[in-house]
Amino acid sequence: MRSITLAGIDLELWEGGDGPPVLFLHGAGGFRPDDPFVGLLSQRRRVIAPSHPGFGGSALPDWLDRPDDIAILYLELLALLGHAQLDLIGCSVGGWIAAELASMVPERFRRLVLVGPVGVKLGSRDTLDIPDIFAMPAATVEKLLYHDPDRHRPDPANLSDAQLATMLRNRETTALLTWEPYMHNPKLRHRLHRVRCPTLLLRGESDGLISPAYLEGYAKLLPNARTATIAAAGHVPQIEQPAAFADSVLAFLNG
Amino acid sequence: MRAWHFSETAYHLLPSAETYESIRVTLPNRHYDPRIGADLYHRYLDEWLLAEDEGLEIMLNEHHQTATCVDPAAPLMLAALARQSTRARLLILGNPIANRRQPVRVAEEMAMIDVLSRGRLEAGFVRGVPYEISPANSNPVRMNEREWEALDMIIKAWTHHDGPVSFEGRFFHSRQINIWPRPWQQPHPPIWISTTSPAGAARVGTHGYVQATFLTGFDGTKRIFDAYRNAWREAGRGENVPNDRLAYAALVYTGETESAAHAGAEKLLWYITSNKVPPHFVAPPGYLPVDAGVRMLRGAEHPLSAFAKSASVEAAIAAGIMMAGTPAQVEAQIRKVYDHVGGFGHLLIMGQAGFLEHDETVAGIRMFAREVYPRVRAW
Repeated sequence: MRSITLAGIDLELWEGGDGPPVLFLHGAGGFRPDDPFVGLLSQRRRVIAPSHPGFGGSALPDWLDRPDDIAILYLELLALLGHAQLDLIGCSVGGWIAAELASMVPERFRRLVLVGPVGVKLGSRDTLDIPDIFAMPAATVEKLLYHDPDRHRPDPANLSDAQLATMLRNRETTALLTWEPYMHNPKLRHRLHRVRCPTLLLRGESDGLISPAYLEGYAKLLPNARTATIAAAGHVPQIEQPAAFADSVLAFLNG
Repeated sequence: MRAWHFSETAYHLLPSAETYESIRVTLPNRHYDPRIGADLYHRYLDEWLLAEDEGLEIMLNEHHQTATCVDPAAPLMLAALARQSTRARLLILGNPIANRRQPVRVAEEMAMIDVLSRGRLEAGFVRGVPYEISPANSNPVRMNEREWEALDMIIKAWTHHDGPVSFEGRFFHSRQINIWPRPWQQPHPPIWISTTSPAGAARVGTHGYVQATFLTGFDGTKRIFDAYRNAWREAGRGENVPNDRLAYAALVYTGETESAAHAGAEKLLWYITSNKVPPHFVAPPGYLPVDAGVRMLRGAEHPLSAFAKSASVEAAIAAGIMMAGTPAQVEAQIRKVYDHVGGFGHLLIMGQAGFLEHDETVAGIRMFAREVYPRVRAW
């Protein structure tokens, strides 16, 4: 991890691996370089992964409260990195940020992967597209998040105070960003037509937050998108099935 | 010392607690019978008016989507009381301004009540307890910032009288603020703020507003009042911090005999024991500071939740959150808390709860007002 400053905001940034560059935008759980999927991706790619404002060790300015604020900030990151084009992967809330960013500067991205993305409202106003994760017991959230909750549930006894603090701060920033309108920007769906690069929308087969219909509807808003599923995984397939995730993503990026 | 009769206007006729997950936020309102609810509203209003007749002041509050307090629009209840009462001060504690979208509307409501009551309003403001987040669809992050900005906007609306003024803050915006009516009291009604943390109390002390705290017991209350007094002095408000700046809310039941009083007090414990709320509504992300959240993940419990598990009248008295007994006992119990925390000027009496029936409530109010209040009033 190194520290960079974008628009006066101190962010941590991880870079590793060799190959064509890919910008990785993490989801609500933050970015951990020792997660196995990171190693698998970086065998073939130069992975560039910022911690979003308010996540990990990154600062959170008091004016920032929506995912498109972060996307605008990352225009500065693109300028700093200097690549004419690069690939973009975004997971969950990071998928939302990625979709915002790609709609702003579509010409900067060669290929786009959205993993269990949120950010648009597709269904009826009388039904939530994404279950209200802030109004249910932790055990229920874990069932929606993971194919195998017993393997992935965080155990405070095995975590340091600093790790718990990061976990809670990530959760707090997620709430700040997604609270209202819940998990979406009403305007984003009307901007996605600009994103013409080949796009892959991935979801874990057991994802209880992103339904197949939501993923298909999201894909329809993007001119050049297709969907795929990863078996035996929930909302975070990169954690539950790192090899299948890396294979799927790299095959698409190389294709 | 001033004493205030406070009721949460509970709807207590509920199915067994085992049958529901939470008494707040999600308890289906099919369990609320509007006909019974109407009787309860009239009864609780009668009790406030009776408390006024006995010389007490009037206090009420606001909660949402809960059987514990069916007063989701406290200014409406206060408007009824402003019309029907004649003498008592009217304390609303308070307006949940971190969750209200239009601070100017709050300023208007409070100004109306101040005028209707001919200047008897005490305007309280709260951040709102965590279970208010979902009913208000309110972001739990940056609530303190919203509360204090909203208060600034309300004060501006109250205190400008020469045509429209503007306010463009971080969270709230208005270009043409010019409220009718303006408040009766000048420059504005007294401001109260409730907080249960020393950091919050320090901010209230810096401004010199009245600080209220609820059921925080001997040591918790002392920490909060100390923080207030320190901040008051550091802000240059003078060495002496008037007791009328500090308020403490406790469960109070006074009876002719100790056993009669404890029987009534037992019913008041409903306030604490009925508050069945699951963790995701107690600690929404961002409501608590991160370090407090870490302590909760390590097993720490809110003192009141811990207390609720083995609540008893004796334990509540020992903790300083309840005063119950004969008039002499109640006076001594108030004195003990008063001395421990360095004094306070307002006793907010949670004098009705749950299954405490009308005649029992009235008996408790009367016994306090006639036998205890005259002895503590001069403190």
